[in-house]
Amino acid sequence: MRVALMVTCINDAMYPGTGQAVVRLLRRLGVEVDFPQAQTCCGQPMVNTGYLDEAVPLVRRYVEAFEGYDAIVTPSGSCAGSARHQHELVARRSGDPGLQRAVAETSPRPYELSEFLVDVLGVTDVGAYYPHTVTYHPTCHSLRMLGVGDRPRRLLEHVRGLRLVELPGAEQCCGFGGTFAVKNADTSVAMGADKARHVRETGAEVLVAGDNSCLTHIGGLLSRERSGVRTVHLAEILASTEAQADLAKPDEAGQIRIDDGEATR
Amino acid sequence: MSGTFVGMPAFPTAARAALTDSQLRHNLAHATGTIRAKRASVVGEVEEWEQLRLAGAGVKEAALRDLATHLEQLEERLTANGATVHWARDAAEANAIVVGIARRHQADEVVKVKSMVTQEIGLNEALAEEGISAWETDLAELIVQLGDDLPSHILVPAIHRNRAEIREIFLRRMAEVGRPAPTDLTDEPAVLAAAAREHLREKFLRAKVGVSGANFAVADTGSLVVVESEGNGRMCLTLPEVLVSVVGIEKVVPRWDDLDPLLRLLPRSSTGERMNPYTSVWTGVTPGDGPQEVHVVLLDNGRTRALADDVGRQALRCIRCSACLNVCPVYERTGGHAYGSVYPGPIGAILNPLLRGVGHDDQVDSLPYASSLCGACFEVCPVRIDIPSVLVDQRAKVVDAHRDERVPRSRAKAVERAAMKGAEVVLGDSRRLRRAERFAALGTRAARRFGGALGLGAWTGARDVPQAPAESFRAWWQRTDGGRRDGEQRGEQRGERGE
Repeated sequence: MRVALMVTCINDAMYPGTGQAVVRLLRRLGVEVDFPQAQTCCGQPMVNTGYLDEAVPLVRRYVEAFEGYDAIVTPSGSCAGSARHQHELVARRSGDPGLQRAVAETSPRPYELSEFLVDVLGVTDVGAYYPHTVTYHPTCHSLRMLGVGDRPRRLLEHVRGLRLVELPGAEQCCGFGGTFAVKNADTSVAMGADKARHVRETGAEVLVAGDNSCLTHIGGLLSRERSGVRTVHLAEILASTEAQADLAKPDEAGQIRIDDGEATR
Repeated sequence: MSGTFVGMPAFPTAARAALTDSQLRHNLAHATGTIRAKRASVVGEVEEWEQLRLAGAGVKEAALRDLATHLEQLEERLTANGATVHWARDAAEANAIVVGIARRHQADEVVKVKSMVTQEIGLNEALAEEGISAWETDLAELIVQLGDDLPSHILVPAIHRNRAEIREIFLRRMAEVGRPAPTDLTDEPAVLAAAAREHLREKFLRAKVGVSGANFAVADTGSLVVVESEGNGRMCLTLPEVLVSVVGIEKVVPRWDDLDPLLRLLPRSSTGERMNPYTSVWTGVTPGDGPQEVHVVLLDNGRTRALADDVGRQALRCIRCSACLNVCPVYERTGGHAYGSVYPGPIGAILNPLLRGVGHDDQVDSLPYASSLCGACFEVCPVRIDIPSVLVDQRAKVVDAHRDERVPRSRAKAVERAAMKGAEVVLGDSRRLRRAERFAALGTRAARRFGGALGLGAWTGARDVPQAPAESFRAWWQRTDGGRRDGEQRGEQRGERGE
């Protein structure tokens, strides 16, 4: 089986640790992933803002980059959902039958990480160790667009040392919503503030989710509140082992934190 | 008496104001939370709920597919049963028809069943202009009308009010338009309801003309159906001599049997009840029983425009249950007024642009963006309207409507367009992306320090910005051959640490 990693544009630029964690985790489970260098972005930010024409070259890049792979693994429910459900829309818009055919080929292939682990590899115990109190936020696109169900929870429940605490109102949206976060910033922050409050109520030290975009939003609020709660992607927890436990320290690259003495507002 | 939504600002502006209203936030969180839990529990009881949803969607879809045929049959059956059918292209035509009927009967007042469509066309205001008072008889509509307020929810139009506010409104306003509230009025729900009942009774007994909408119009029998909880509708539909029903053309269902799934889906989805207390059905005129003059106004008002939209037409399946409002995290926080329409919430965010068209009103154009696309609405919709997909499609139509403008209408629009074009260029090619990523760390550092000055205040006003790493994933992969070469993982990619 040829497996490609779709790292996603946000992880590529902002959270390389998440992509590295996927590589490390899958290698540990005996799967060597390729990283097709031509990949960029799935086009979701454009599609969801209404810029369909602008998404066409991105979808073209995507199908070229991932052509011929049996499975495309991605540490994002949102981007998996976009590739699975929205690329067809963009291809139709392009009016290019070749692109439509190519999208029909690739669009069933993407797997969100927890789907790949549980459904394709058939594992729920990935041999991880993460000695922290954690609460889990099911992101909307993984929950409702993909229907990952309890897969992430089952994976987390098998992590040694990890204590999983219930997040109140877990299934309510955090308010990120892509460009919604800036186009309707006030409403987005109102939603995020409630999510952050629920996270704090759990007493967890770590908020985990399968999408770094949502975590950037919630984490940005938690950081602004100096809450002492950090956000970590599911992949990084699952990749963590006794030997590498120090990788999960809060000062990991990409984690939100405050520069010494610098104004952040 | 109540105002209109004309001149409302675009959603982000209206929402900003609503979000600061602590009373509104509290009332809404409580009310939507309660009704959400009720719905979830009664829907959970129905094992075949998903099949029921498919059946409901199927009925409405079949009706829409051959709308003209079903409407003609409806007209034919209604007429055969003694009703008079009128056709109205828009709000002005519909209002003129109702005004004309009231005038012919020298009526200076009408009693009204709760109806979304008469609010959509501004019937009360049109009647008022002709000196005819329209009395809302649904309890929540009465609260809105007496309070000189606007509805903020499809099913519970006074959801933004709590009982203390309602007591205050009754005490101050009831006397102006009829029987006053008792002076010892308390804010207990039963006491408030009793005051409304006394106030409304004299209106029911006096009015010569009743006005309603309809939940469903059955083509093969020529029957109209109204579903309600309070019994006020039954009073309006049976006591007056003349009954006028304004019905959107999408309310037609082909056959009597089609009501089966819809009448089972509606109460559980809307009020969270297994069955609604009152279901009224009337088929034209029944001699000696109920209204002896029955009019039906079949209204388009943008519905054929929506029907022509191959993605958006599914919004015409809507049975106005408001389940999507109650689960919507945006609606829960902003309330209904921010949507600037009698149709608020997720369904309003697609229905308004579909009925009115996009590209000519910034308020309407802002509505498809009033959603984080979380999908909770689609999950609860009893007729499976894929609201998130229609929202995305409407966004594309908004953008397309403005593509030819050489000068964007606002700075924000200009920034958005430039950002999307720029992203298209950078993300369209991996080499360009790699070059751009070299500046990511610099960019986020600037954003963190000067976010506001850089115009990034929409994000940085309330949220910290993460620091981009010194090395992108792509660069790390190339340097370490995907982590197979030494020097991977630790330290090196965490360049930030060394600065």
